[in-house]
Amino acid sequence: MFAPDIILAAVLNGLMTGSVYALIALGLTLVYGVLHIINFAHGATLTAAMFAVYVAHTVFKLDPYIALFIVTPLFFGLGYGVQRFIIGPASHGEDRNILLVTLGLSILIENAMLAIFRSDTRSIDVAYAFSSIDLGFTFLALPRVLAFGVALLVALLLGLLLTRTDTGKAIRAVAREKTGAALAGIDVAHIYAVTFGLGAACVAIAACLLMPTFYVTPRAGNAFVLVAFTIVVLGGMGSIPGALLGALFIGVVESLCGLFFGESLGQIGIFLIFILVLLVRPTGLFGARA
Amino acid sequence: MTRTTELSRRTLLTTAAIGGAATIAMPGLLRAQAPAIKVGILQPVTGALAYDGQQGQIGAEAAIKAINEAGGIKSMGGAKLQMVFGDARSTPEGGTAEVERMQAEGVVAIVGGFASPICLAASQAAARYDLPYIVDVGVADSIVTRGLKNTFRFGPGFGTVTKTALDNLSKLNDAAGKPAKTVVLVHEDGLFGSGMAKLMQAELPKRGFEVLDTIAHPTPSRDMSNVALQIRAKNPDLVIPSSYYGEFALLARTMQQQRIKPKGIYAVLNGAASNFRFVKEFQDAAQFVMDCNHWHDPRKPVAEALRKQVEASGKFWTYNIPLNYSCVQLLADALETAGSGDKAKLTEALTASTFAGHIMPYGPTKFVNGQNEGGAPVNTQVQGADIKVIFPTDFADAKPIFPVPA
Repeated sequence: MFAPDIILAAVLNGLMTGSVYALIALGLTLVYGVLHIINFAHGATLTAAMFAVYVAHTVFKLDPYIALFIVTPLFFGLGYGVQRFIIGPASHGEDRNILLVTLGLSILIENAMLAIFRSDTRSIDVAYAFSSIDLGFTFLALPRVLAFGVALLVALLLGLLLTRTDTGKAIRAVAREKTGAALAGIDVAHIYAVTFGLGAACVAIAACLLMPTFYVTPRAGNAFVLVAFTIVVLGGMGSIPGALLGALFIGVVESLCGLFFGESLGQIGIFLIFILVLLVRPTGLFGARA
Repeated sequence: MTRTTELSRRTLLTTAAIGGAATIAMPGLLRAQAPAIKVGILQPVTGALAYDGQQGQIGAEAAIKAINEAGGIKSMGGAKLQMVFGDARSTPEGGTAEVERMQAEGVVAIVGGFASPICLAASQAAARYDLPYIVDVGVADSIVTRGLKNTFRFGPGFGTVTKTALDNLSKLNDAAGKPAKTVVLVHEDGLFGSGMAKLMQAELPKRGFEVLDTIAHPTPSRDMSNVALQIRAKNPDLVIPSSYYGEFALLARTMQQQRIKPKGIYAVLNGAASNFRFVKEFQDAAQFVMDCNHWHDPRKPVAEALRKQVEASGKFWTYNIPLNYSCVQLLADALETAGSGDKAKLTEALTASTFAGHIMPYGPTKFVNGQNEGGAPVNTQVQGADIKVIFPTDFADAKPIFPVPA
């Protein structure tokens, strides 16, 4: 049996890992909530963003937290462009086409990263990567604490954007009733692209927060995206608070299961909880009732 | 569509005239050129193992270049080696498909494979054609215990590496006054890590070490905080990790964040601990980490020159490079002895090989059932910005720092 301080440390670690899951899941749930598609290219986008942070650091000597202000708008623009000029036109209004296009994009991005960067594991060394906050019973790595704070802030800002701005209201209108929104004069194609751009921007932020402590390979994004898919369904598809709280919850479950049942079995906890929630509440924790 | 090539009378005359003039001008050159010897180089250069494959390819290419520049295979009229490269795509099936292609292209032998599953499948496929196959890394001992006459492993296998690692650990600990008594094993949960951990659990107590805990982790791992927490709770004298690069780098970093400082980190066949990328990117976390792994012989000038050449090209030096370099040298030596590209003669030459001109810390080659009995791992330790050899002492280029300074 573990001492209480170890269990508490595991909970805190879980919360911090969960906060990065949250950022990735936020992007995914937003795209699902509005466009009603599951973006299979989400993991590859995360990988691409991590490489962008790596290049910003190694080539342009930019700190990942400074790079955040460049990589995030860049990925918003890329996401906008991809939806507007590739996914939108290629879908011809069919959801299954969109799924295949995003799957194709993910293969394309991964292989492009492999061709450019080869499959070497790369990481960046920043001085503060080893800084920790001493809580007496445990040390919390500074970059992970920062990631936790930024993730909460981004979720809050995203919530405000959706409820308080005209673009946010348009996004919600399109999400609820596409045809009605179009009749009211909303440019649906533009709003779709903005939403996709926001999804990409969320993973770009996650990439900036991950790189000081994590590594990148052409398949690195996949390690996170399966969990993000689970969180989106668990939290209620399309729900912003659901993605945030679901991610933090999953982070803690994974951490505790890893501690008690062994690291290799940590993920079993995620899927057990997932199945349990779907049995009891099929729409997810925060999903609208059908 | 059929494409026909028409040769006009004028073109034919011109070509004949140029050819004739060239023959008159360089008669020696034409006579001296023996046909090139095709050598199959098999590496996984795409897929999960691509980095290792790319490193192996660097070594093989450098060896072929050096051999050709030194005059090729002299017993075959100075015939040059010509690389036929195959990408195993990180899978046994990929490796097998490439063996078939190389055989069709007329290679005299195949060198490489890197991972055990690829080596197992590719050497088996090559055995159907009696095609000599030289394994570069592939540590699974089953590769050389199947009785295949065509398969030769130049480097040491899993059993030898683990035994050497444990022997050296005991020596290291004894020499330092036995400061380490307790151990926590951390391993990836695949075939390699689990097998290693099982062996360690059985062998360490026999050598006076108490195994406090064995922690398995998946690959890839997103977070090593819990592993670090458990190590902290057990407070062992030694941590013995057997993981791939990314996970060990994460663990080393997390242990540093958590201020966990055992008396030593002693890795076995670790993906990061004897990798210069790790040393460069995690200078602090990498300090004093020891590994028991394949490594070049630092006393050999050719090895050091090759290392400088690789590093000057902006690439990291890893063990795959000298191992593949040496395997190609071994093949060239066998070709020299056989004086022919005939598969049977080449197999015979390899079986009886006593090649000593390689750049590894081994004595002359001696194959027993396809395993080079002379193949041995070494112990390395990260010291400053370099990776030094600390065992065996007769060619170590540094003394071990153990226990590590607090």
